[in-house]
Amino acid sequence: MAIIGIGQTRFGELWDLSFREIGIQAGLAAIYDANVASEDIEALYVGNMSAGRFIEQEHVAALIADYSGIARDHIPATRVEAAGASGALAVRQGYFDVASGLHDIVVVGGAEKMTDVPDAQGAAIQDSAADQQWECTFGATFPALHAMIARRYMHEHGATREEIASVAVKNHKHGALNPKAQFQKEIKLETVLGSAPVAEPLRMFDCAPLSDGGAAVVMCAMEKARRYTDSPVRMIASSQSSDTLALHHRRTITSFEATKVTMRKLVKRSGVDISKINLAEVHDNYTISELLALEDIGFFPPGEAGKATMDGQTEIGGRVAVNPSGGLKARGDPIGATGVAQIVELVTQLRGEAGKRQVADARYGLAQSVGGTGSTVVMHLLGVA
Amino acid sequence: MPVGIVSYGAYIPRYRIAPKEIGRVWGNDGEAMGKNLMIYSKSVPSPDEDVVTISVAAARNMMRRCEVDPREIGALYVGSESHPYAVKPTGTIVAEAIEASPEITVADYEFACKAGTAAIQTCMGLVGSGMIKYGVAIGADTSQGAPGDALEYSASAGGAAFLIGSERIIAELNLTYSFTTDTPDFWRREGQPYPSHGGRFTGEPAYFKHVTACALGTMKKAGTKPSDYRYAVFHQPNGKFPSRVAKQLGFTEEQIRAGLLTPYIGNTYSGAVPLGLSAVLDEAAPGDRIFAVAYGSGAGCDGFDITVTDGMSRFKRDNAPSVRSMMESTKAIDYATYARYRGKIRMKEGGE
Repeated sequence: MAIIGIGQTRFGELWDLSFREIGIQAGLAAIYDANVASEDIEALYVGNMSAGRFIEQEHVAALIADYSGIARDHIPATRVEAAGASGALAVRQGYFDVASGLHDIVVVGGAEKMTDVPDAQGAAIQDSAADQQWECTFGATFPALHAMIARRYMHEHGATREEIASVAVKNHKHGALNPKAQFQKEIKLETVLGSAPVAEPLRMFDCAPLSDGGAAVVMCAMEKARRYTDSPVRMIASSQSSDTLALHHRRTITSFEATKVTMRKLVKRSGVDISKINLAEVHDNYTISELLALEDIGFFPPGEAGKATMDGQTEIGGRVAVNPSGGLKARGDPIGATGVAQIVELVTQLRGEAGKRQVADARYGLAQSVGGTGSTVVMHLLGVA
Repeated sequence: MPVGIVSYGAYIPRYRIAPKEIGRVWGNDGEAMGKNLMIYSKSVPSPDEDVVTISVAAARNMMRRCEVDPREIGALYVGSESHPYAVKPTGTIVAEAIEASPEITVADYEFACKAGTAAIQTCMGLVGSGMIKYGVAIGADTSQGAPGDALEYSASAGGAAFLIGSERIIAELNLTYSFTTDTPDFWRREGQPYPSHGGRFTGEPAYFKHVTACALGTMKKAGTKPSDYRYAVFHQPNGKFPSRVAKQLGFTEEQIRAGLLTPYIGNTYSGAVPLGLSAVLDEAAPGDRIFAVAYGSGAGCDGFDITVTDGMSRFKRDNAPSVRSMMESTKAIDYATYARYRGKIRMKEGGE
C-alpha cells in the first residue's frame, strides 16, 4: 500500500488555532496533496492522547470528521489512543484498513492542543502515560522516570552527560532546517547542560516541549496510487508490541524490550535488513529515549549510541540520519500528532522534497513511536515505490 | 484647545528585595531568574503603605510643583488593581488629602496595568471638552505575586500622578490611541488574594500583539516614526519585554533608557508607564517629543504622543523629589521581612 498525500501544521504554541482548526488544516493539506476528492475517502482515524484533559473535548474523531466536511458522507471516524504512540497507532489502523482490502483510501490524522492549560497541568497530563496507581501516586513524574533510565544508563555503560545531551544539539541542528518545526534554532552543548534542572540528570533542553500541532496522511491501495500521484511512497510494513505499563516491572530499564521485538517483527515482515536503512524518525521525547531507541532498533550496540551521536553518525549525512525533522525535541511534540508527523517526514524525505535537510540516497525510512516508558511501541517501514 | 500635563509627581516605596533572595527561599536560581526577567531588585511597600498612601504621596508631589488652586480640580481618577477596598473609593481619600474636595467628581479605575493611563485619557476628554479646568489621573499599585510564583520576582509597588489641564502646560498630549481586545492573559477574580496568569501566553498573543498594534496605530495617527521621538516609554512587566518590543518597533536603547525603571524597582503595574513617563519628564527639555504605550492585561493598550512645551523651562521640577532620587534611596530587606511586610504570614486575629 502507498501514502499518496501528507499534510502538517506548523508545530509550536499555536495560540490562534483551536484543536479543530489544527486538525482541519493538517487534514486538508494532506487531502489536497493527495489530489483526492472528499467522496473518495472511506475512513478516518485520528490519533489523540488526551483532548479530554487538554481541551475538555472527547469524541474528537467525530469532531474532525464534522469540521472537515466528511461527516456528510457518513464514513467511519475513529479515535486511537496509546499515549505518545497514539498517532503511530492511528497510522497502523489505516494500514490495516487498506492492506486488508476493506478500504482503498483512508485518511489518518493526529492532533493535540496542549498549550491551553497551564504548563504544570500539561506536564501532569503527560504523566498519565505512566502507571498512575503504582508510579505517579508515589511521586514519579514522566520526566523523573526517564531521569531514572538516564542515570541507570550512565551507570551501566559509563555514558557521559555530554553524550546524552548531544542528542538535543543534533536534533536542534536538524530542526533549524525544518520550516514546520517548533524550534528552528541551533543550540550548543553548554545550553543543554546549563538549562534549568527538571529531574537530574535531565534538564529542560533534554525534554521535548509542550506543543500544539496536527499532521495527516492519505493512504491508498498501491494499485490505485498512481491515479493520484507520480510519487507514491510505499508503506512496507507495520508492527507493534507492548510491555508492562510500569517501569519497575521490567528486567532492565536501559532498553525497551518492546522496541526490540517490534523491530524484529518489522524485519521479518519486510525482509529489509537494517544495513539498508539510513533514515529514521525515532521517539526522542527525552534525549535518553533516542539513545535507547537507536540501540534497541540495532543501529548501534548497547552503550554506543551516545558516542555515535557525539561523532555525528546520526546527523544528516552521517551513517543514519536520525530525526532529520528535528524530532520531538525540536520539531515539537503535540502528542497525538507526533507519530503521524514522523510518517510525514519520511514521505517528504523519500519523495526527495526535504530541501536543506534532504537525506541523500534514502531508499527506506523507519519510524519508531513510543507510548509511555516503552509500554507501547509502534514502528513502520516506508520505502520508495 | 491644547490639552496637556500641567504637573506630575511620583512615589516609590524605598524597600527593595533582590531576585536572588527570593530564589534562596524557594530553592530556585533567583539570580538566573532575575537575569532572565532583567530585574535586579523590586520595590516593596512597608506595612503602612498601600495604594491610598502611594497615590496621596504622588499627588502631593504633583501639587508641590505647580501653583494650581486645588479647588479648580474638577475630577480625580485613581487607576489600580490593588485598591485597598473592593467597595469604597481610593480617590475620595486622595481628593481630600490634596484639598480638592468637595466639588469634584471621583472614581477608581481598574484595567490591570493600564488603568492609570485610562485615567489620563478620561481627564483629556473632560478638559478638552471644557467640562472641567483641571483633572488628576493617578496610576498606582501594590501588586500581588503568589509566594513562589514567577510573579513574585517582579510584582512591586509605586505610582505617579498627573495634573491634566489646558493652561500652564509643560507637556502637550498631542493625541492618544487605544487598542483593546478580549484576551485573558492575566486575571484575579473577586476575593482571590493572588492573580493567575497564562504563563507564556502573556507574551506574544498578549503583550507583544497589543503593544505593537497600539504603537503602530499611535504613530500612524500622529504621522510620526520612531526617530521623531527623543524618549519612549513602554509598559514594563519586566526589563526584557519593553526592550524587545522597542527594538522590534525601531526604537533605540537610548530612547527607552530614561523611562525603563522595572530592572531596578520591579513591575509597578498601574504605576509602570506613569512612573516611566515621570522619569522622562524629570529630564526632558522643551521641544522633546515623548512616545508612550501602556499595556493592561485582559487586554488593551493606550498610546500617547507627547511634546514637551516651553512651559517646562519655568516648571518647578525641584519642588518634589525626582524619580531617580527615589530609585536611589533604598533599603534592602530579606525574604522574612518581605513576607511580614506583604502580609504573607498568617497572624492571629488582631495581630499585625
